[in-house]
Amino acid sequence: MRKIKKPVFFIVLLCIIAFGYLTYAGIHTQYGDIKTSYIKGVEDIRWGIDIQGGVNATFEPADNYDATKDEMDAAKAVIEQRLVSLNITDSEVYVDYKKNKVMVSFPWQANEESFDPEAAVSELGETAKLVFRKGTEETGEQVLTGNDVKKAEVRQTQDETTGNIKYVVSLTLNNSGKKAFADATTELAGNGSISIWMDDKCISAPSVNSAITDGECVIEGSFTYDSAKALADKINAGSIPFDLKTTSTNIISPTLGEGAKNAMVLAGLIAFIVIAAYIITVYKLPGVVASIALIGQVIGSIACITGFFGNIDSFTLTIPGIAGIILSIGMGVDANVITAERIKEELNNGKTLNGAIELGYKRAWSAVFDGNITVVFVAIILMGAFGPTDSVFGTLLSPIFSVFGASTAGTIYSLGYTLLVGILLNFVFGIFCSRLMLSSLSKFKCFKKRKLYGGAEINE
Amino acid sequence: MSKERKTLNVVGHSKIFYSISCALIAIFIILTFVIGLNVAIEFKGGTVLTYTYEGDIKTSDVSKTVSNSIGDKCTVTLGENTGNAGKTVEIKFSSTKGISDDKQNTLKTALEKDFPDNNIEVYESNDVAASSGMNFFFKCLAACALAMVITIIYIGFRFKKIGGISAGVFSVVALAHDMCMVYGCFVICRFDINANFMAVLLTILGYSINATIIIYDRIRENENLLGNKMELEDLVNLSITQTMGRSIHTTVTTVLAMATVCVVCIICGVTSILSFAFPLIIGMISGVYSSNCIAPTLWVHWKKHQAKKSHSGSKTGSSKKKTARR
Repeated sequence: MRKIKKPVFFIVLLCIIAFGYLTYAGIHTQYGDIKTSYIKGVEDIRWGIDIQGGVNATFEPADNYDATKDEMDAAKAVIEQRLVSLNITDSEVYVDYKKNKVMVSFPWQANEESFDPEAAVSELGETAKLVFRKGTEETGEQVLTGNDVKKAEVRQTQDETTGNIKYVVSLTLNNSGKKAFADATTELAGNGSISIWMDDKCISAPSVNSAITDGECVIEGSFTYDSAKALADKINAGSIPFDLKTTSTNIISPTLGEGAKNAMVLAGLIAFIVIAAYIITVYKLPGVVASIALIGQVIGSIACITGFFGNIDSFTLTIPGIAGIILSIGMGVDANVITAERIKEELNNGKTLNGAIELGYKRAWSAVFDGNITVVFVAIILMGAFGPTDSVFGTLLSPIFSVFGASTAGTIYSLGYTLLVGILLNFVFGIFCSRLMLSSLSKFKCFKKRKLYGGAEINE
Repeated sequence: MSKERKTLNVVGHSKIFYSISCALIAIFIILTFVIGLNVAIEFKGGTVLTYTYEGDIKTSDVSKTVSNSIGDKCTVTLGENTGNAGKTVEIKFSSTKGISDDKQNTLKTALEKDFPDNNIEVYESNDVAASSGMNFFFKCLAACALAMVITIIYIGFRFKKIGGISAGVFSVVALAHDMCMVYGCFVICRFDINANFMAVLLTILGYSINATIIIYDRIRENENLLGNKMELEDLVNLSITQTMGRSIHTTVTTVLAMATVCVVCIICGVTSILSFAFPLIIGMISGVYSSNCIAPTLWVHWKKHQAKKSHSGSKTGSSKKKTARR
């Protein structure tokens, strides 16, 4: 890497500073009341219930309905599935079988505008009963229900007359649904219609043109992408076997105790200063470079949690998520320590400064690479095991983990996520950027002393 | 020039290390049966008591009242109703049988005594089932097992030079050792077994694998450079000595950072974070110990055992031949 010139250090440093500023402050525009985020800042981090508190809602069966244990479990499973489709990965659902209560807690930030807790609570408690009926009346004979649907998804089509893009929800029926739907459409073909009802509200009532026997059907309506997605999610999550009413909604304090968030942020800052002070004392110049690289890595991790760009959903940061960041920073420290030790060793073996830096990075690479790659595997396994089952990693590992059913333990998923991005950032900052910075600094005359790298001076 | 560091005889002392580790693990197992585990409400189910109150109260004061009056561990959260703006305090206990009426009355009296100005009233009491259940627990274990298998395969492939699969197996032994230490820390400190416990275990899993691989990497490199000039035992001792600087500095840095977190959180009064940060420290220390003293030494013993077996195997083979001839 002899080609690396002096200015490279400043270019890398400026990039890290600029990236850090953007991640901290974000880019927002404000027109009247509408605030648009192009790049999200730190205030957009969603913290978990353990750190910042959230909303707690209690549901009970309406009309004093006495639900069985199985029905309550079914209701719990549906609510958990809905929480995941609302992108709430950190939630707790408790059931009291004797008193027939479902208690749901999920994180919520007091100043959050894009997320309405009351709306979310009422959405969670919806029965979501999907029914297909013959004719357009509510009294029409029932053809099939949500239980006959295998999968619902959003599809984009083009309106034949206007040419506009429109969204529909397409349903794939299971065998019982396929047969019922085929029978009904054969009967009604050409002279009748089928109406589609969600919780006693008619969403669409198309007329039947011909018999549909392939078990595929489409719900049309004036959907936007979001409303179509919401309907598809609702159908996929299934229906609650009885009507629920919300008995109370509370804003709750963090489960770790008040002030948990401020304490964690303060602890993180001081811990970082301690790390930097230690490695600078031990490794001198490589220590300074390592500290800058670590700052870059932390900034990168934060950017990956907020989503950075305004249109990417942010992750909910909980204690396990923070554990992932801690481990990846530990790996970042390790990568820099291994390299600095190697440079020192090579210097003490009598290599020139340039040679030692080059060899140090080269020799350290295999250790750092193997160590980091195995941790990447761990991160991928965690994401696959605890993430949404339809994600890339989830599909990959589904043969192994499907035995355990879909898990909503999203906190472990976020551990996998922060760990994965942290390690990838470690490759960028801890290895690539720190190498650029150190090689470039070593070109300055004032940084040519071998002592600055932990080596002994050689009298030439 | 810095003076040549003396090569540490780690392999020679391995019996001491194994004894210490085995003894500790045995103690943890016995303790588990004697004093039991604190399993959190999300895995075990329990009771949620809700009270209404007026004015301001602190969750830490409520926990103190609870432990002073009925002695059970609990999680306290404050709530504010979005509808009628009433304030509630929610106390969660993990238990299999629920909290008896007697205990609930004792607690009520204690709360009234400690918070006379807050007009504390019972709002509701619910016995709840586990929210995550054993499914989550087993899924975590399955994830760990899969991670171990992948690690063995990966090390087997990347470290073929130094025996691959067997090196991988011993790195997993070291890993299991570290997880036992973390578990022991939870048992002894009476921390709750909850989702954070899983997070610490999985974090230490990554940390430990990495630490072991760094040592293996050096053994692999030295094997290339000096493999045929040196006894295996000395080669491993040399590799451990050479990476000692890294082992010490990385561990000191990460442990120092987590210790800072512990101290800051105690000063700020958020002691619940200790049940996360402290076991991490234990795991990190155990990680550096096992990667230096357990995995490579076991691997040396295994290699020597194999060499001896093939050696004596050929001997017995030849003696058999002799018997056959006779």
